[in-house]
Amino acid sequence: MRLKDKVAFISGSARGMGAVEARLFAEEGAAVMVSDVNVESGKRVAAEIAKAGGKADFVELDVTNEGEWKAAIGETERRFGRVDILVNNAGIFVATVIEKTPEEEWDRLMDINGKGVFLGTKHAIPAMRRAGGGAIVNISSGAGIVGNKMEGAYTATKGAVRLFTKSAALQGAKDGIRVNSVHPGTIDTEMVASLLADKEYHRWVKTMIPLGRVGKAEEVAKLVLFLASDDASYTTGAEFVIDGGYTAG
Amino acid sequence: MRLKDKVALITGGARGMGAAEARLFAKEGAAVMLSDVNVEGGKKVVAEITKKGGKAAFIKQDVTREEEWKAAIAETERRFGRLDILINNAGIFVTTVIEKTPEEEWDRLMDINGKGVFFGVKHAIPAIRRAGGGSIVNISSTAGIVGNTLEGAYTATKGAVRLFTKGAALQGAKDGIRVNSVHPGAIDTEMVAFLVDDKKHRKELEARIPLGRLGTAEEVAKVVLFLASDDAAYVTGAEFVVDGGYTAQ
Repeated sequence: MRLKDKVAFISGSARGMGAVEARLFAEEGAAVMVSDVNVESGKRVAAEIAKAGGKADFVELDVTNEGEWKAAIGETERRFGRVDILVNNAGIFVATVIEKTPEEEWDRLMDINGKGVFLGTKHAIPAMRRAGGGAIVNISSGAGIVGNKMEGAYTATKGAVRLFTKSAALQGAKDGIRVNSVHPGTIDTEMVASLLADKEYHRWVKTMIPLGRVGKAEEVAKLVLFLASDDASYTTGAEFVIDGGYTAG
Repeated sequence: MRLKDKVALITGGARGMGAAEARLFAKEGAAVMLSDVNVEGGKKVVAEITKKGGKAAFIKQDVTREEEWKAAIAETERRFGRLDILINNAGIFVTTVIEKTPEEEWDRLMDINGKGVFFGVKHAIPAIRRAGGGSIVNISSTAGIVGNTLEGAYTATKGAVRLFTKGAALQGAKDGIRVNSVHPGAIDTEMVAFLVDDKKHRKELEARIPLGRLGTAEEVAKVVLFLASDDAAYVTGAEFVVDGGYTAQ
């Protein structure tokens, strides 16, 4: 049990990578606060975990709303006594070339993917200080490492998360709060269902991703688990790529 | 047991991080072939592991000699039946400013830290292919991420390992061979004892590290374990920094 007696807050955990992280963390002994704007699915994930003998609860959270972050962290401390781990997993994906991107799309992407991480970190730090330290894992993307032809705003938000993570690490260090970013390539989740529905994309995957396949949410969750656990006790401010080798070449 | 039934070859395993990796890998179920030029130290680590019920053997190996690489890999296959994991850990550390570095020092550093990794990958790839896939972890350094005012040749060797790893990852992918680099910051081992045994210097160094302390060999070993294990199945060609936040600033 690699997260025995830890309390973890995971944003965007009603589905996809967040839901898998929630299940894995609970299996590893953590009490998990599932959060999402999608109440029905989020509650279902928490119920599944509880049914399997794990500890979990759900709180509704729009990550762009500071008041809701305060309430969600407060609720986690009330329910489980503390916050040791925050996974800033909530995010949206939109692929639009730069010259066709409306200002509203930039704002929406930056609000959810960027400001959401900022607000989470801002309000988790004092809670983790109260808990005597902790770990924050920010889910960036391969699109926070290299650019691409199909997107502009999305890559900007993920680049923002990559560097924000490093400053957060420097500011959390004195309180024993580690902050790292994870950079998944294409992972088989609902978020990129539109991509994965395209046959052409699968041909691209075979030729362009060295391991020849997209990744699984379970594979990302294991990396996030590593960073959230005490196994990563000397790791902070670092970026962890999990992309089947895509950005290596 | 995260490495159950796996066979690992670890170079430079007589002391420091290599020895910590060997102990941890054996505890996690791997059969470990430990190699080093230091025969006495290497045999001692092996004896410790076997005494605790682990599986390990020692072979003397100078990583700069291609013939000895062939022999080490063949001996691993003969003794344990296969090779799944190679940790290119052997390395030396010398701090000399560029303008005072003799050509011989450059050559020696590049031979051990650079060519040693090249030979290891070259001869491990066919063996790991025979085993049906596996994982190679190359120990680079934060000196492969950022430069510093005290060294030139050492950083060049570690930069070489960083990028060589990516090429190796691309070439190993089709055979299910993952190749990643690990970048430790200041780790409290014998290799850097000449620097950190001086209390004043250690204090100065610690002051520059966000987490405020040197890392331990065990903390690096846990990162290496993650990459060596199937938990990292979708991770290849990536660089994993473990430096207490040093390069985040």
